Amino acid sequence: MTLSVEEIYETASMILYQNLDIRTTTLGINLKDCIDSDFNKFKDRVYNKIFNNAIRLLKEAEKLEHKYGVPIVNKRISITPVSLIMETHCTGEKYVEMAKTLDRAAGDAGIDFIGGFGASVQKGMTKSDMVLINSLPDVFAATERICSFLNVGTNVAGMNLDAVNLIGPMLKTTALKTKDAVGCAKFVVFVNAPEDNPFMAGAYHGIGEGDMSLNIGISGPGVVRSVVEKNKECDLTELSEIIKRTVFKITRGGELIGRELAKNFDVAFGIVDISLASTTAKGDSVAGIIEAFGIESIGAHGSTLAVALLMDAVKKGGAMASGNVGGLSGTFIPVSEDRNMIDAVKRGALSLDKLESLTSVCSVGLDMFAIPGDTPAETINAIIADELAIGIINNKTTAVRVIPVPGRTAGESIDYGGLLGEAPIMHVNRYSSREFLKRGGRLPAPVTSMRN
Amino acid sequence: MEKVQLFITVIGEDRKGIVARISDFLYKCEINIEDISQKIMGSYFVMMMLVDIKDAGKPIEEIRNGLNSIGKELGVQIQIQHENIFKMMHRV
Repeated sequence: MTLSVEEIYETASMILYQNLDIRTTTLGINLKDCIDSDFNKFKDRVYNKIFNNAIRLLKEAEKLEHKYGVPIVNKRISITPVSLIMETHCTGEKYVEMAKTLDRAAGDAGIDFIGGFGASVQKGMTKSDMVLINSLPDVFAATERICSFLNVGTNVAGMNLDAVNLIGPMLKTTALKTKDAVGCAKFVVFVNAPEDNPFMAGAYHGIGEGDMSLNIGISGPGVVRSVVEKNKECDLTELSEIIKRTVFKITRGGELIGRELAKNFDVAFGIVDISLASTTAKGDSVAGIIEAFGIESIGAHGSTLAVALLMDAVKKGGAMASGNVGGLSGTFIPVSEDRNMIDAVKRGALSLDKLESLTSVCSVGLDMFAIPGDTPAETINAIIADELAIGIINNKTTAVRVIPVPGRTAGESIDYGGLLGEAPIMHVNRYSSREFLKRGGRLPAPVTSMRN
Repeated sequence: MEKVQLFITVIGEDRKGIVARISDFLYKCEINIEDISQKIMGSYFVMMMLVDIKDAGKPIEEIRNGLNSIGKELGVQIQIQHENIFKMMHRV
């Protein structure tokens, strides 16, 4: 036998004791071929295409779970940005109707989230984009499974501040129209949004994709934490090597399953997203890895260095393991979905300012954090604009998913349970940037974009 | 027909009858044991078996369910996984 007991044990214990899993497999579906001038026919085609493929996805994924003994936790659908396919049907009522159709198709098939109810508006907005943004509070109120994104900037286009300025008011209305403001947890605003990101809430099937794509997101913060804990004495270079080797292994496992799933589905395999993604399960925390490095609590000085080291090692390990690394492939440090992040905010170790600084070295953005419900809409826009400016200037994807919780103030907490976890309400700087943001317009593309 | 090889991993406290109980189950399922190896790792007893299920009349999920109930009975954890996942993770 070519494999040793140690090797077999290592893989088995990653799954049994360290929560190794395929965090998500996301089937991207092009909906442009469903467009029809008859809105009812259009909706029927959308429903059928999504429902039939979702059923197949669940069936094929289950087969592989049994074959390899690796859980595939989430099976999801991403679709062509909805503002594109609704250009000739762009009224608020029809947007809500379409959202309900998508929600029903996903629900009937047994899919928990469907992403792509969004638009790319980095340079300007069409009428359809405007109607979409305005319809979002009603869409979130009328559906359970719809996830939405807006891409408001890219390295080459700069950032559309006029679009950013629409988001704060939209989120505040959504917060009032959905229970505990949960609708806001299903909306992500990006710059440099990848078209093949498999992770919700920001997944969509980009316009450069084929008719279908299959992308997977691997995870395993528990696996990385476990090897870090076993190597307490090593220096940073050695630590990076150890993480690289571990991530290499889990990415290879993920790639095997992703490729086989794509083959069985008869679609081209898209990408492996090697983002470390936390859950609130014990030990499944990215912040827990940072703390295992020797930092008392995430948020302490030194955390930014630690995240930088972690992420670089994860990317290097992943890049060597698969030729198809893509999507976000950063690390996620959502506040509400990571037990150690929640605790850090509660004990006063992690502020919004430090969180923003962590996101500049490689995390994907300010994710799943709650702020007081009376935060002015302009301040929400300013939080978003700051985070997205980091992405534009540093040639990376950044994103914001913020929940202004009505009636709650800093220091309180809101418990969503399940995947969304518990969000402590974070303190927000009370000074205003209203006059600055009111200028609107577009942040010009940075000089680094001029490469031609 | 080509071999369909899977690894069975047993992790837990060592006790009498683990190999006997699992081998008996595999025999009844017409599953051939190709290799077997065991080791004490830390405080755990770890056993792996390489098996060929090409003649088994049952799908993997049924074999897994059977092994899970034996695991519960013996107080050990039993995993069954296609060999390719190990090859991908541990061999370049």
